[in-house]
Amino acid sequence: MHGKRLHTSLFVLLTLMSIAAAFGDLLLGTTSIPLDEVWRVIVGSSENANYVKIITELRLPKIIVAVLAGMALSASGLEMQTLFRNPLAGPYVLGINSGASLGVALFTLALPILGGLSGSMFMRLGITGVAWIGSALILMLVMLLSRKIKSVSTILIIGMMLGSAISAIVGVLQYVGSEESLKTFVVWTMGSLSTVTMADIVIFAPIIIVGLMLGVVAIKSLNMLLLGEGYARTMGLNVRRSRTIIFLSTTLLAGTVTAFCGPIGFIGLAMPHLARMTFRTADHRILLPATILWGAFSMLVCCLVTDLVAHHSLILPVNTITALLGVPIIIFVVIRHRNRQ
Amino acid sequence: MIQLNNITLAFGERMLINGATTHFECGKMVALLGRNGTGKSTLLRAIAKLGEVSCGEIMVDGRNIVDVDIRSFARLVAFVNTERVDVEALSAYDLVAIGRSPYTDWMGRMTADDRAIIERAMQITGVEHLAQRMVDTLSDGECQRVMIARALAQDTPVILLDEPTAFLDLSNRYELCTLLSRLAHDEGKLVLFSTHELDIALSLADSIALVDTPDFVHMPTAELISSGRIEKLFDSPYVQFDPLSKAIKLR
Repeated sequence: MHGKRLHTSLFVLLTLMSIAAAFGDLLLGTTSIPLDEVWRVIVGSSENANYVKIITELRLPKIIVAVLAGMALSASGLEMQTLFRNPLAGPYVLGINSGASLGVALFTLALPILGGLSGSMFMRLGITGVAWIGSALILMLVMLLSRKIKSVSTILIIGMMLGSAISAIVGVLQYVGSEESLKTFVVWTMGSLSTVTMADIVIFAPIIIVGLMLGVVAIKSLNMLLLGEGYARTMGLNVRRSRTIIFLSTTLLAGTVTAFCGPIGFIGLAMPHLARMTFRTADHRILLPATILWGAFSMLVCCLVTDLVAHHSLILPVNTITALLGVPIIIFVVIRHRNRQ
Repeated sequence: MIQLNNITLAFGERMLINGATTHFECGKMVALLGRNGTGKSTLLRAIAKLGEVSCGEIMVDGRNIVDVDIRSFARLVAFVNTERVDVEALSAYDLVAIGRSPYTDWMGRMTADDRAIIERAMQITGVEHLAQRMVDTLSDGECQRVMIARALAQDTPVILLDEPTAFLDLSNRYELCTLLSRLAHDEGKLVLFSTHELDIALSLADSIALVDTPDFVHMPTAELISSGRIEKLFDSPYVQFDPLSKAIKLR
């Protein structure tokens, strides 16, 4: 079948593009390091301790985080789109990020007022935990609503309304929060890949890998769920169990990324569509790895853009770039979806 | 193959079917008739284990369906409803292939046998030329055939269809029902389908199950026509059933 050849070449092409983008990320940044020096650091023969430090402690962790975050967000987006049977589902649009934001806001802004603890490791773990709880709660709420309401657009509107309501609550919390905790929170909301250190990656990476593995376990269920829960059940799927696995996977993936990097929008929604358009398949055995690869590549490109502007000493939150990249794709999907009906 | 033992169905507070007992055999095409909201879908869903009966029991292949685990049950009964599956980038072949799920491993990998069964299912339903087409570009008639091919790929002795002709034009309706009759008579399956097409049901089905809330009768087609049941069901100030021409006529 010619489809198989197409898939293989696309996988190879995307991998090569991702490696190229990752290498570009190593090369670019606020400090300009010559190409041969970068190479020396990679092969371990560099004598410039400063360069070694920048590359191994700043740029390399950032690349790892970008790859993991891109993979995680796009995989969770794909799982949500299939589970909700909604092409516009994604962690950001459904308000999963807002849920995480509320958790983080309560934790960083309200807890210190009540006399909470501090300490950076405690903060990190705490932020991760509350972001999970927040995103899981919103996901469950949207799931409950989507069982009652079948309309695709109604669910999205509700997701957005939830998001607005939560921003309002977060606004109030910001108003009452102390200046220092406010700064912590605002920095978090801007979304950044570079605040994650090598020490954080030790927690971050295994959780993402577990989330992705749960996604792989759910591949067959996701294929069956393409036809809806009724059909899936008559084909022998334990729908409740599959839904739990998919829930767990998306919460771990989207919640963890949001906790560590802040709310990063549109990657989760747009990448599954890019994967479907390029690979021309809905089979999750191909679609899941394709989406994950697109996610990694796109986050690396976003990183590259931040590096380029950082070179001109302008720091852009990664949020703005993912939005500029993702929104056109989403508008395209909406228009196409409308025309079909 | 399917045995209904004194089953009672209700939709919320409303009683739909009270004490239905009958059995359906393999190799037969059975039409399920009844007016809107009388419980045809509810009955089919109950047999497909998608809903529950208020009391009584449904036996498939000699076993009460509540005792059959969901994966084994998927090898006994396949289900097709009216809902149009509009999935982006899903090819007709891949859709039919999903029907093999009760037999494949945890990743859903296909063996050569699986592929042969999929191809045969698409051949019988006459959709092999659509294999590489995306399902969201198919016409309603083509889509319905692909969904039936998926049910066939599930390789079950029983196929349940909920109003398979609902969105089809006249010639497509006849074509589809001829296909269903072939599945029953050539492939030896029990095909149980609900429909509003009285003329198609009366001319093609081997037997007819009639829901006249809260009564339920199941009898061979010829017997039903002369029984006076249909007249009673469709009698209204506007229309009446004429047993000679087997059709509904305006008064």
